[in-house]
Amino acid sequence: MEQTASVNQVQFSEGAMAEIRRYLSHYPADRQKSAILPILHIAQAEFGGWVSPEVMDKVAEILNIQPIEVYEVATFYTMFNLKPVGKHVLEVCRTGPCMLRGSDQLIEHLENRLGCKVGETSADGNFTLKTVECLASCGTGPMLQVREQFYEDLNPARADQMLEDLKALTVRKPWEENY
Amino acid sequence: MGRKLLTEHINVEGIHTFDVYRKHGGYASVEKAIKTMSPEEVVEEVKASGLRGRGGAGFPTGMKWSFLAKPEGKPRYLVCNADESEPGTFKDRYLMEKLPHLLIEGMITSSYALGARTSYIYIRGELLYVLRILEKAIAEAYANGFLGENILGSGYSLDLHVHPGGGAYICGEETALLESLEGKRGNPRNKPPFPAVWGLYGCPTVVNNVESIATVPWIITNTAAEYAKFGIGRSAGTKLISAGGNINKPGVYEIELGVPVEEFIYSDEYCGGIWKGRDMKAVIAGGSSVPILPKELILKTTNGEDRLMTYESLSDGGFATGTMLGSGGFFVMDDQTCIVRHTWTLARFYHHESCGQCSPCREGTGWMEKVLHRIEHGHGHMRDIDLLVSVAKQIEGNTICPLGDAAAWPVAAAVRHFREEFEWHVKHPQAATAPGAVFNKSESVLA
Ligand SMILES: Cc1cc2nc3c(=O)[nH]c(=O)nc-3n(C[C@H](O)[C@H](O)[C@H](O)COP(=O)(O)O)c2cc1C
Ligand code: SF4
Ligand code: FES
Repeated sequence: MEQTASVNQVQFSEGAMAEIRRYLSHYPADRQKSAILPILHIAQAEFGGWVSPEVMDKVAEILNIQPIEVYEVATFYTMFNLKPVGKHVLEVCRTGPCMLRGSDQLIEHLENRLGCKVGETSADGNFTLKTVECLASCGTGPMLQVREQFYEDLNPARADQMLEDLKALTVRKPWEENY
Repeated sequence: MGRKLLTEHINVEGIHTFDVYRKHGGYASVEKAIKTMSPEEVVEEVKASGLRGRGGAGFPTGMKWSFLAKPEGKPRYLVCNADESEPGTFKDRYLMEKLPHLLIEGMITSSYALGARTSYIYIRGELLYVLRILEKAIAEAYANGFLGENILGSGYSLDLHVHPGGGAYICGEETALLESLEGKRGNPRNKPPFPAVWGLYGCPTVVNNVESIATVPWIITNTAAEYAKFGIGRSAGTKLISAGGNINKPGVYEIELGVPVEEFIYSDEYCGGIWKGRDMKAVIAGGSSVPILPKELILKTTNGEDRLMTYESLSDGGFATGTMLGSGGFFVMDDQTCIVRHTWTLARFYHHESCGQCSPCREGTGWMEKVLHRIEHGHGHMRDIDLLVSVAKQIEGNTICPLGDAAAWPVAAAVRHFREEFEWHVKHPQAATAPGAVFNKSESVLA
């Protein structure tokens, strides 16, 4: 495969590479493409919450497949952000069962607090506000997800506290110490 | 209080660790199966128990297992469906988070029965934190000789891995799940061939829901005959119900199949009644894909019998007056709920989640979302209401996978049972779009 300069600039850390190798070992030797979703998750955590074309090219190189095969997959699944995002992505569930418990009001509250609309990033760069579909937490809605963490039973006061905590938080990667 | 088969020990301190789980009888089914039973005997036992798949379709688990092809020289796979994305459903997440070893034990005993040497748990990508809980528990099971080479000295070997999805409801459909596990887009396959013949990597595969697999240990440890004593008739055993919406006590409840719906909603043992002292308007009993029923029909069948939490009783009356147990995602709407708005969120969900392979589903879900948006926002026409019904009808049965039906049924049922409310939105757009406005039957008669 022809390598572009930008692919060479993408470097996974040793911790991330160890995770990638662990996943590759889960699938038969001639079925390594199976690891594509796990590796995309690792890539997104490694490179600031989104996957750039260069990162996808790197994933293709690791899997020894064509870049188009990675683009095809990354664009199908909603969890992969294909554009830069804020420090934290707030993914608020908006589906019926959460709506019954107040997700419309939660979204409105967050838009007011952050000064941005759904799909946008707050001016200070701390938060990107997204809506998503049911996150299997309907009994504790309204709720939202930030990376691997669920914030449930959110009322305005709890949502405000969450925003403060997140602002102060140092983001760690799953393979780092103190994760 | 009903007996619990899956969740009896769920609140025991430390039950997520191997040692505590083992102390409470954990992994007994693996010992019993591997040391005293042939794989065929395990399959027969599950068949005799009457267990039906808990992922939504209710297909008998033992029968599914007996269909698994066994060609020479090809591996066989067991894949656990932990994609749990059906709106209203959150039981599998709860079970895996609290009792990871129960699922792992079920995977080992079931893999032994099917002759699988590698098995996967496909978990929705949003639940990475649960994936980490499962991986920790799997490492403990390896360390204690329940996974890996030569389990308990029996000669049987098994590897078990957890695989994260990427955020796509359609990957809960079993053939889309297998495509996704192979590293592709989650497009459902044409069937036949079924996964039992052509599944993961073209090999015979069984796909089962988390709760189905987690029920196997109890059946094997305590026998099918004991299991069949729970429940009523063809609805054997217990079921995890995810209770949500406008109730006092949302949560996951393990019920014995056969509990009356009214008791489930109003008793303090379960939902604890409707919140804020309000009245109940409607219920979606089995996840967002099943038909919504108004209060009168969810509590009683048209014969005047109490509706029970069983496959048969909930579907009594067909779609005209009944619904389905589905995935057990049970959510209740109070009298302040706008059915049009709620139905619109569901239509939007299915449109968002359609994989786009077949035109009736791809186009139809988009239409339904658009028309419902129009009605909800005060721009609807009377003919839109029939248009919804006609689009739903054109999707139903005309698609590669059941997502099309799943998108059509909730819309068709909402119009079937709440047509007046849709009409009110069209006739009184200003009133209907006022903040917090809700249709009130008696007032609308005057208007
Ligand atoms: C659109 C769609 C989504 C589905 N989602 C799930 C799911 O999240 N979990 C699940 O177990 N089954 C789901 N199913 C059902 C599966 O296709 C399959 O029937 C089930 O996993 C079989 O397991 P069981 O027999 O143990 O229930 C879904 C089906 C469809 C059509
Ligand atoms: S019915 Fe919908 S989700 Fe299923 S294969 Fe067709 S387009 Fe895809
Ligand atoms: S509807 Fe929001 S978590 Fe299920």
